[in-house]
Amino acid sequence: MTRLRFNQAIVSAIHDEMTSDSSVILLGEDVAEAGGVFKTSEGLLERFGPERVRDTPISEMGFIGAAVGAAATGLRPVAEIMFVEFLGVALDQLVTEAAKFRYLSRGQVTVPLVVRASCGAGLGFGAQHSQVLDSWFRSTPGLKVCIPSNPQAAYGLLRSAIRDDDPVVFLETRSLYGDRGEVALGDDGLIHLGVARLERQGSDVTIVSAGQLVKVAIAVADGEHGWSADVIDLQTLTPWDHRTVMESVGRTRRLVILEEGPFSGGWGQEIAYEVAADMFGELRAPVLRITCPDAPVPFATGMERRFLPSSEYVTDQITELIDTARRPLPWWQETGNHV
Amino acid sequence: MTVTPTSTQQERRSRMKESPVARYERMVEIRVCEDTILQLFRDGHVRGSTHTAQGQEAVSVAIATIAAPTDWVTCTYRGHALALALGLTPLAVIGEILGREVGCTRGIGGSMHLCGPEIGLLPTFAIVGAGIPVAVGAALSASVRGREDVAFGVFGDGAANIGAFHEGLNLAAIWNLPVVFVCENNLYGEYSRIDHTTPIEDLADRAASYGMPSEVVDGQDVDTAVQALRAATERARNGGGPTLLEMKTYRYAGHSRTDEATYRPPGELDVWQARDPIGILGRRLVDDGTIGQDDLELIRREVEVMVEAAVEEALASPEAPLSEMLAHVTAGASTAGGE
Repeated sequence: MTRLRFNQAIVSAIHDEMTSDSSVILLGEDVAEAGGVFKTSEGLLERFGPERVRDTPISEMGFIGAAVGAAATGLRPVAEIMFVEFLGVALDQLVTEAAKFRYLSRGQVTVPLVVRASCGAGLGFGAQHSQVLDSWFRSTPGLKVCIPSNPQAAYGLLRSAIRDDDPVVFLETRSLYGDRGEVALGDDGLIHLGVARLERQGSDVTIVSAGQLVKVAIAVADGEHGWSADVIDLQTLTPWDHRTVMESVGRTRRLVILEEGPFSGGWGQEIAYEVAADMFGELRAPVLRITCPDAPVPFATGMERRFLPSSEYVTDQITELIDTARRPLPWWQETGNHV
Repeated sequence: MTVTPTSTQQERRSRMKESPVARYERMVEIRVCEDTILQLFRDGHVRGSTHTAQGQEAVSVAIATIAAPTDWVTCTYRGHALALALGLTPLAVIGEILGREVGCTRGIGGSMHLCGPEIGLLPTFAIVGAGIPVAVGAALSASVRGREDVAFGVFGDGAANIGAFHEGLNLAAIWNLPVVFVCENNLYGEYSRIDHTTPIEDLADRAASYGMPSEVVDGQDVDTAVQALRAATERARNGGGPTLLEMKTYRYAGHSRTDEATYRPPGELDVWQARDPIGILGRRLVDDGTIGQDDLELIRREVEVMVEAAVEEALASPEAPLSEMLAHVTAGASTAGGE
């Protein structure tokens, strides 16, 4: 085990895959000389040279398209998007080209591409640099979507994503880059795509989360408030791990989904539906989704803190759910909070 | 990519490299196929849309004459001509357009999504300009892997005003990649004449912005087009970087099957048809004694018989089984969502 920051775990994953497979390359804005603006590629240029570690112009459509073409013809590119919003200008290449090549070629042309992008709220980057935007990718058959919550997951999932033969969107929550943790490197540290992790075991409720809110789920799970929770870190949003979720909810018979992102269109809707449809009558309470409001991410400190679900808020919501067996209203629908 | 061309495809390709008569035959084959496809639409055999390339045959045939079978080509939704030129059979193309199992992707793609990776043809692009950065990526792949492959990014004049054109050419230039950009300037982007959308007459002029060599080429004369392509391809293969070739050509039909092209100035079509690419090469072959006038007519009749047989076989072919719809979405997965 090695103690690493989240961003160092990213570097290690890319490093290890580039070492074991000469077809892996890294490209993106400021990934080479500067080592990445979030230090997620430090030292890779020096180790692997400018042929395989490439700075690009500010030109997402161009270099994501080039990564798609390179992936279709023999390389395994890792393309870095500095802020996930910048994928908006390259969406065609990911959603309409990369995600379709395997299908349109009857499996003959594959796109083993990883698009890494920093994402998420909480650091005061404002409305155009703080979204997660996973819904853009989840609704596209042909794409896989990962969002690690800790350094081990960052390492293990990224290595698997690079080895995967399909295009993977790898969302890195910016507020986690500085988090430290013990990381198993090498094959022991690999985490398969599509496999969730049961982080905590409890008895009264299952909390399914992903990304930075897994920390909130863990913080509230321990029984201090009269109930204890299973905490599932989904890790891969597409395809998501049905079995782990169903097994847990089968035991606890209550499901809370804790998501970063707007209420509308979130990944939790699909899980809520599957659980409600398969376990109707067995549940002790309605499925509860705890999300951000349907609003862009605000800048002011207090507002952004309110935007993301806090430990206190999540505790109150779950306590009310367990006490009343009814869905508590989200804060923005409670009396006095209307704008 | 481990797919290899069939012996028929190899034979169709190599014959064209060796013989001007074979190039003539292929241009006739493309013309007859395109006319037949439009007729099949009128007769109600085909759904959706289709974009034919009567009048532009010389450019496609010239590209296929120069490209090595291991080179990569990205092509537009007006792609029947290039697909046939590169070696797909009329049965594979017409079968695809009819949505039948004998089609090159078993009817999954349709007219706008032909595909033949075994002959270097990536799934054709139905988004204007999208193939340009992908061709850059294929060239990047060749460069990183130390191969001599060249990528051909083929697009229409309409693509010269989309961001992917600028971003793709810029990337290819700064990385000195082996790409030949082939712009088929047929004077119309969808229903709009180029002088309504573009402030310059020669799109080749844009190469200067990227420090890239370029040439305006007579796209109606296959020999001239072959010459220009040979020079650009040799430059690319020998480390000289990308070239932009602007092929001046003309689309006899409308943008798509429903477009009668009433927006064209009267007489324009006649002017271009007087320089018909099939007519130019045919006259040259007769004048220099390679073949006789009778042979031209014989070739046309033989091609017509062959295409008619392909149509019959395609119409007799069933659709692929429904299971094909769920195959090749991602590796190993048959459906999205479930396990």
